[in-house]
Parts: sequence; C-alpha cells; structure tokens
Amino acid sequence: MSVLFPEPNKDRPVPPLGKGLPPLYDGSLIGKKDFVEEAVCPIEATVPLGEEAEEAERLGIAAKPDPTVPVIDAQRIRIWYGTPKGAVRAVDDVSFYIGKGEILGLVGESGSGKSTIGRGLLGLLPDGSVMDGKLEFKGEDLLALTDKERFKMRGRNLAMIFQEPLTRLNPLMRVSEHFTETLRTHFPKMTDAEIEERSLSVLKTIGIPPTRWMAYPHEFSGGMRQRIMIALALVLRPAFVVADEPTTALDVLVEAQIVRILRDLKEEFDTALLLITHNLGIIAEACDRVAVMYAGKIVEIGDAREVFANPQHPYTQELLRSTITLTTDGLHSIPGAPPNLIDPPSGCHFHPRCPRAMKQCALAEPPMRNVHGGDSKPGTTDAACWLNPALSFPEENRAPLEREAIADAEEA
Amino acid sequence: MTQTVLDVENLKIHFHLRGSGLSRLLGKEGGVVKAVDDITIELQRGEVLGLVGESGSGKTTLGRAVLGLVPTTSGSIEYTSSDSGEAVDISKLKGKALRKQRTELQMVFQDPNAALNPSMTIETQVGHPLVVHGRAKGEELKRKVADVLERVGLSPAEQFMSKYPSDLSGGQKQRAVIARAIILEPEVLVADEPVSMLDMSVRAKILQLMLNLKNDLGLTYIYITHDLATAKFFCDRVAIMYLGKIVEIGPTAEIFAHPRHPYTQALLKAIPDVDPTKLVPRDLPRGEIPDAARPPRGCSFHPRCPLAKAECGWEPRDLKSLVEEHWTRVPVDEFEHESMVVGGLVELNTDAGSVKVQPTKGGTVDEIWAMFTRIKEENPNEPLWTGVTRMEKVADGVEFDFAEPAEIFLHPAGESEVACVRY
Amino acid sequence: MKRLLTSLLKPFKATTGMGRWLLIIGLVIVAFFVVLALFAEWIAPYGFSQVDTKVNGRRVRFPKLSAPSAEHLFGVNDQFYDILSRCIYGARTAILVVLLSVLLSLVIGVVLGLVSGYLGGWLDRVLVFVMDAMYAFPSLLLAIVFSFLLSGLLGGSGIVSAAMSLTVIYIPQYYRVVRNQTVSVREATYVEAARAIGASSPTIMSRYLFGNVIQSVPVVGTLNAADAISTLAALGFLGLGIQPGDAAEWGYDLSRALDDAASGIWWTGVFPGLSIVLLVTGLTLIGEGLNETVNPTLRKRKFAKIVMPKLEPVEGSTK
Repeated sequence: MSVLFPEPNKDRPVPPLGKGLPPLYDGSLIGKKDFVEEAVCPIEATVPLGEEAEEAERLGIAAKPDPTVPVIDAQRIRIWYGTPKGAVRAVDDVSFYIGKGEILGLVGESGSGKSTIGRGLLGLLPDGSVMDGKLEFKGEDLLALTDKERFKMRGRNLAMIFQEPLTRLNPLMRVSEHFTETLRTHFPKMTDAEIEERSLSVLKTIGIPPTRWMAYPHEFSGGMRQRIMIALALVLRPAFVVADEPTTALDVLVEAQIVRILRDLKEEFDTALLLITHNLGIIAEACDRVAVMYAGKIVEIGDAREVFANPQHPYTQELLRSTITLTTDGLHSIPGAPPNLIDPPSGCHFHPRCPRAMKQCALAEPPMRNVHGGDSKPGTTDAACWLNPALSFPEENRAPLEREAIADAEEA
Repeated sequence: MTQTVLDVENLKIHFHLRGSGLSRLLGKEGGVVKAVDDITIELQRGEVLGLVGESGSGKTTLGRAVLGLVPTTSGSIEYTSSDSGEAVDISKLKGKALRKQRTELQMVFQDPNAALNPSMTIETQVGHPLVVHGRAKGEELKRKVADVLERVGLSPAEQFMSKYPSDLSGGQKQRAVIARAIILEPEVLVADEPVSMLDMSVRAKILQLMLNLKNDLGLTYIYITHDLATAKFFCDRVAIMYLGKIVEIGPTAEIFAHPRHPYTQALLKAIPDVDPTKLVPRDLPRGEIPDAARPPRGCSFHPRCPLAKAECGWEPRDLKSLVEEHWTRVPVDEFEHESMVVGGLVELNTDAGSVKVQPTKGGTVDEIWAMFTRIKEENPNEPLWTGVTRMEKVADGVEFDFAEPAEIFLHPAGESEVACVRY
Repeated sequence: MKRLLTSLLKPFKATTGMGRWLLIIGLVIVAFFVVLALFAEWIAPYGFSQVDTKVNGRRVRFPKLSAPSAEHLFGVNDQFYDILSRCIYGARTAILVVLLSVLLSLVIGVVLGLVSGYLGGWLDRVLVFVMDAMYAFPSLLLAIVFSFLLSGLLGGSGIVSAAMSLTVIYIPQYYRVVRNQTVSVREATYVEAARAIGASSPTIMSRYLFGNVIQSVPVVGTLNAADAISTLAALGFLGLGIQPGDAAEWGYDLSRALDDAASGIWWTGVFPGLSIVLLVTGLTLIGEGLNETVNPTLRKRKFAKIVMPKLEPVEGSTK
C-alpha cells in the first residue's frame, strides 16, 4: 500500500483534500481517499504509478486484478413492476457478485428478468418499479444514494452498453461531440485537446480509426456503431459495465468481433462486466462465470466451463439441450411456457415444466446451494434445486410430481 | 424423380437510391444497390433450400421476389405448378394474375409480432386468404380455420379464434402466421428467419412444426436465415449469399463438411459454441459487409478475405482501409503527422486500377513513400500487397497499380459450386 | 360498422387519471349543450326569432335592451330577441353545424389520407401539395371565401352552407394525420403479409390499414369541433354566417352587442360570449383528455402514477 499511497512527508504541511491540486481528469483525485499534492511526495513515485493508483483508488482496495474482490455485490435483490393486474415479480430475491475484471454472463429467455437486473444495477428502472435488497458497488451502498448521486456514479463508475447502437447515438452529433458531451458532463474543465486525446486512445483500442473522429453516426456500419457505444461507455474508465444484448442486432462475423472486444476489455481496462444475453454461445465464448435465470430467479450460477460441462439445474440442462448448434442432430424443446410473474407457481418456479419434478418441488422453494454442499467455491457451481444432494427433505416427497399434460401450443 | 418447381434465372433486382434533394436538383444520379445481382438457382419439389447470409446479402429480397413482392430488374422466376404442369414467370405477372398466383406460394415472416394485423382476430386473419380468393365463407370458412389452427398446434382452436395477436405469445403468433400461410394449401413456402426472433426453447418447436407440415402437406421450403446451425439441421441444400451473389451452393452435408469459399469457412468458424473450451478463432475476417451501393471490385469478399490473392480485385479503397487500420495502431502524434502529410486520402476513394497519392502542402513525396513503406513492413503478409503490381515514387506523388481482377463465377467443386478464384 | 365504433371508442374507454377527469368535465359540459340543442323547444322560454308575446290576447313587444328580469332571465337585445332563448337555440345551431362539418371533413380527410398514403406516387404528391396549401391559408379567410362561394351555389346562408365551408378548412388536418400514419404503417410486415396472401389494394386499405391509422382521429375531431365553434362564431360575427332569421347564432348576437357594450349594456354580449367559451372549453377538454390516452409519451407518465406495487415483507432466509 505504501507504494500506491505514499505516506505524506510528515515534516511538510499536507494541504487539505482537493485544494491546490492540478485538475486531473482521470478520476484519481475524485473520491474519498486522501491525496497528496505532487510537490509533497517524490515525483518519480507518483507519475509512473498514476494509472495503477487510479485503479487502486477506483477499486478502493488493491491494484492487481482479483476476481475475489467484488466490484458489485448484490444480495437478495427484488425488482417488481406495478401493473393494473398486480405486481410483476420481474426479479425476485436474486443474489450474486461480480469480481474485479470479471465477466459474469446472465443468460435467460425473454421475460426471465435478466434485462431488469441490468437496469436495476444502474438505477435505470422505469417509473412504477420498486427495487429492494442490498446492492454494493465497491462497498458503497448504491440503493442508499440519491438520484443525483447515482447519476454521477453512472458513466464514471458504472456504464451501460445497449442493444441498438443507432437509437442510442444522436444522429445530429458527430462522434467527437458525443465524446465531448460525455466527458464534459463528468469533467467540466477538461480541454478539447485532452478530450480528443483520451477519446482517440479509447477508440483506437476498440478499432475505430482516428480519421473518423468528425464523422456522424450514420456514416458507420452497425458493428462500428456498437464499437463507438462501447468506447463511449469506456472513455470514463468505469469499474463496472453492463452490456445488455450487445450483439443481438449484429451479424455473425461482426458479433464475433464485438464479443472479442468485450472479452479483451479486462486486459485493457480491467473492467468488471455483466454480459446479458439469450445466446448461450456468447456466454460460453466470453464469460468467466455464468448465471442462468428463469422466471425472475437465478437458478444456477457458477464457473462458465463447469455450468456448460455439468449443468446442475434441470432448466439449464433443458436449455442447453434445446439450443440448436452445428452438432444438433435432433430437435428438443421444453414443454410449456414460462409462468406468469404476477402469480408465479409455488415452490420452484420451474416445477410445472421440469422433467424431473418431485412432490417437494411444488411445496417449497429450493435454496441456492453449492453442488458440493456448503458455501460457493471457485470453479464450482451453485444451484437452486431440490435435486441437490446437499439438501434434505422428507423422503416421501421424492416421489415424482403428478401434473396435467401441457398442450403443444402453450409456449412463450 | 426430381421436379423443378421454381427456376430462377439471371435474376437481378436493383434499387435506385434517391440522392439528397440538393444532389437531385444538381442532376446527379443516386447510386444503384444491386440487392440481387445475377442469381440463378433451381428449387426442386419437396426440398428445403436454405438461403444463408448476413444482413444486406440480398437473401430476403430474393425470397420476396419469388412471391412477386419486389419488382425485379431483369431475369426470370419460373414457377411450375404441380396441378397444371404449366410454367409461369412470376416476375412478369402483375395485378390480378399476380394476386392469384399467391395461392401457390406463401411466406412466413421473421417477426411474428409484426406479421399479424393487431386489430384483427386470429380467426379473421387466418381465414382472410380464403376470403380474399373467394374460396370459402360462413360455416365452411370457420371450419377450415379451426382445422388449420389445430394443424399448427393452436388447439383447442376455439380458444384461439376470438383472440387478438396481442393476447398470444411469440411462438403462438408464429404458429398463427404459419396457419395463415398454409390455409391456401400452397406448394412453396418462403420462410424468412421464422425462428430468429423466438426464444431458444420455442425455436425447436416451430422448426419441428415446419418439418411436420412439410411431410404432411408435401411442401417445398425456401428457408432464409443468417443462422448456420438451424440451416444445417433444417435444409437439404444451402446457398451462401454475400452482397447479392451466391458464393457457394451445394448439399447441406457437403457445405458443412467441406466449406470451400473463405466466407463460408469464416461463417462456420464464427459461430460461438456452447462449449466454453472451444473458442472462436481470432483470425476471422476483418470489417463488415461493404456498402452495396459501391461494391468492391472483383470478388465482393476480397477486402475481408484472409486467403485473397492478387487477382481477387484489389483496389485503392482497400489501400485506404489499410492506412486507416494502421492509424489505429500508431500513437496519436504519429497519426497526426502522417494524416497531415497525406491529407484525407480522398484520391483513394475509387475502384480504378491505378492511383496516385499526392502530398498535401505540408508534406513531401518522400514522407508519403516512407509511410507506405512502413505500413508494408508492418505486415508484409497482408494479402493486399499481392494485388499491388506497382508502387512507385514519381515526381509529384506515389503511384500504385493494382492487378486486374479475375472473373468470378460459380465453379463446380466437389459436390458443391463455389464462386472463388481458388477453384 | 361495429369494428369502426369499437376502434373509435377505444381511447375513451382507456383513459385514466388526469386524462379521465379532463374527459369527464368536458363531456359534462358538452352533454349540457347537447341537451339544450335537442330540447330547445321545451327548454327555451321563447322562440329564437320571437320578438313579442301575447299578453291578455294582445301582442306585446319585448322591451328592447331590457336588463335580465324574471320574464327575460338573460335580458333582451336590440333586436327584441330574448337572449336566453337565443343562447339555447344557438347551441342547436352550433352543434348541428359542427357535427356536420366534422363528420364530413373526417370522412373525406380519412379516405383521402389512406389512399394517398398507401398508393403514394403522383397522387400523393398532388394531394400533399393541395392540402398543405390549404393548411397554410388562414382558416378564417378560407371559410369566408367558401361561405361566399357556397351561398352563391346553394342559395341562402343556412346551416348546410356554413357546415360545408367549415368542412373544407378541416379536411387537411385529418388528411395529414391519416396520411402520415398510413405511410409508416404501410411498411409494416402485416401489410406485406396481406399482399402476400393476395389481398387487393382496397382490401388492404380497408381491412389492414384503416383500423391501425385512425387512433388519433377522435382527438383531432374533438379539437377541430372546438375550433369549428369559434370559426362559426367568427363568421357570424362578420355577418357572413347564418342569418338571424334562419337560426340563432352566437357570433351574430355577439356582433350586435358590440355597440351596447359602450353604453353599459353588458347582458347582450356576455351570455352569447359565455356560451361560446363554455362549449369550446368543453370540447377542448375532451380532446386533451383523449390526447393523454392516445399520445404514448403522455400516457407513460400517468401509468406510473397510479400503480404502486405492494412489497412483500422481507422473509427469513430459506436456508
């Protein structure tokens, strides 16, 4: 720590926080940590460490990438939408964390609540929704912040990449103006030259030539626009980015390029990423860990390789089986449709469609447990399923659940 | 015995772009987009033909042209009815004759949420084709609608008939769209990405339904998709399209076992697998599908092709892309210096066979020469350089000559046909 | 017909919150005037062009410009008319004219908009040009011109010719709304699907486009009705509308009251004026109330206000 935060020279007076400091715009001086004026500490010590110190400051804890340090810690998050027919439990008691520089994939079908989580983390929920639970960003309680504080937090620390890049870019503004606006909002004193230098360096790593700096959004192809969106999200060097279906509107080859950019983000920017998608292939391609959502709940979460190789929850198994890949030689589908989230089924939400449902499944909701019992361990998975051997319940409830047949057309 | 049901020959569909108001006033012509550019393809009765390509490849336009929904520029689309055995050229039909023809060819659309009229009940719109062609009314109409709804799995039919599309889920809507398409008992069904908007667990059900219908009703499908995985499963024959042209066509098994065109190979490699241990390779084609109004010289795929050779049609625009790519790698001050020397490189916005890059006021010929030499040294294996036959320093600039492009057409290769100079 | 009614009534039924209140107040006001119009004979104490009454078998003229009294609640004007009766019969004139003109312009405007939007081409260009030219013209001036033309054509200056001259000035509004909506819906997949099943253009327009392009028509209609009331009054004020012998008309009465105001006689002007203001307000409130429902940006904001989901108490750990 002493290298990152050199002890102030006790012989000299330390100026109060923020006073007399040169305007630095990389975020390193804006925060809670104490800072020491350049003149006070040896210049050789501070200058080369600028980047790392900035990282350390942003994460508040350590400079080295470390997935065990949670950037986002979400506990028992619930997000409900009010409708005239009742509250829709879009997200219902969901817990997860995302480590520093880690990519967590959130996969589920439409209506599973995966996009709602992404918006909820960034405080972008529509009116009429209510969110509770515990949501910490680097130890800071995000849900306790006012709207204004959260707005400041967004962009600088938290950013979002959307599905439709064209609708998110202002067609009347040049690329340069988009970047200027974004940077000026958070750093009002930044000069044009600094804005250009910083933006171009991000654009370059994303693969946009500097010659396009003055171009308008319509002069770019779909993939290029998505790159600009990513660069716009990253130019503030946020510690956490939510990417909501970032490749859905793109072609296969371009999709592969964008997924690669996202995968490489942690090397360039050390950003924690929540990647929301319905495409299992992209999750497998880009993510370190994966969370599978069904009907407002995470049913399985764990190491991506492990989840795909040994899916534990029957929903994950069924979802993988019904996915059509180049190796598919037979069609498989999950009978029935996801439940109505105003009045979800009792017990496990998946039991009406589950091929392995037991009596117990309709009686009580299965708790999320590590498949090897006990707490979550790295490289393993947690699942919320009564089939987990670590769970105990009355033996007679192990009998298969009797259900009504599901009609062919009852589907999503 | 195979029987040709559709015979598309030298079909061209060009869209004229309307320029901006000012350029029209000045008498300038807008560009021409060759959405379908000289395509010849046959459809055999009872087969599933896949048209696979990225957006902008012309696959959807081709599919719609088959139904006469898009005016064609030239060429013919000959349809042979199994009843009469008579052949008609759909591209020449108009008005009432064309509308009558629609009973034989039908379409399933990509977005089930948009393909149904929001202000009509399912019963009315599924039965509407029969009403339009005066085939049934009253009780008979109702019975036929109920039958077809049951057939597509919307059962019990009574439950769905009085509903509006907004009451149905995505999969159910797509079933209704299919019901509307088959109620006229067509011979050919053009399915434009019928499952791409649906959830994974529903896709398999809709594909299964389409397979069942094909067997029960003896349908012939044109399956339009960007998804090679479903195409592999669903199609008998696959045509890979790129920028309005078929680049490779052949039996599905052959295409997937031995992809020959570099574009097909790239598409196959780019599909992310659900196995996290199998990652998409990094040597995928760069860039994106080019602007169809200004297609590349020679082979349309050459600017992105990792295997391109000298005769693929290299041109000054590719050189510009290369310089821009180079600028994403160099430090900002070097970019600023180099762009000051060469300017905006507008002289490279051409597909001419030779070009001269001249220095701006602040630059010299030597500096330009040095820049191109450096770019060449950065990656001497860049396929572009094979196509540059001459790079020479002259008094007022640097001149480039590019190799003449070879003619690109479909060659037989193995069991498939490929449009690539390598075959 | 039933389909048309349901689709036209849909916005009324779907209103909520603030929009609903605007709508209800507006409807009450308008309903009041409709009752006056329908039952004018029974409600009004005298006829609209009645200048005297029989007292003890003898015709007695109304006292000219007499102030409101028990016999003449709103007073009498300079033409010996009973102002209350003029106001009540004026409602009948106003509503009849407005109903006729709005219905006519709605039918013509919607049909032209549909055809021009769907078929496009030169017809579309010509119609857009003509309609824009008409729209750019000051509506009152246009109404004056047409009322001159029509009174020459139809003879006299009755209710029908007044309604016709108003019709002309409102056609462009429906045309523009419907045409723009049609142009955007024309590209919808379900319209292409209709072409794919072999439906002809008239079928596509009547079955696939019509029901999906007329959502904003009720709003335009009610707002136009409000505007039509004031235009009608303006025509009457200028002496170009309905003549006093044909029907009672507020604008005409207002113009007659102009001189009285200087001499302190307020009742001749206030009551017809109030009638105009009230009916215009009522119709505008209906229009705005509907707009809250039909316009999605306004609707979203309201939706959030009324809905407050209950939160379940935080349950104990399921472990």
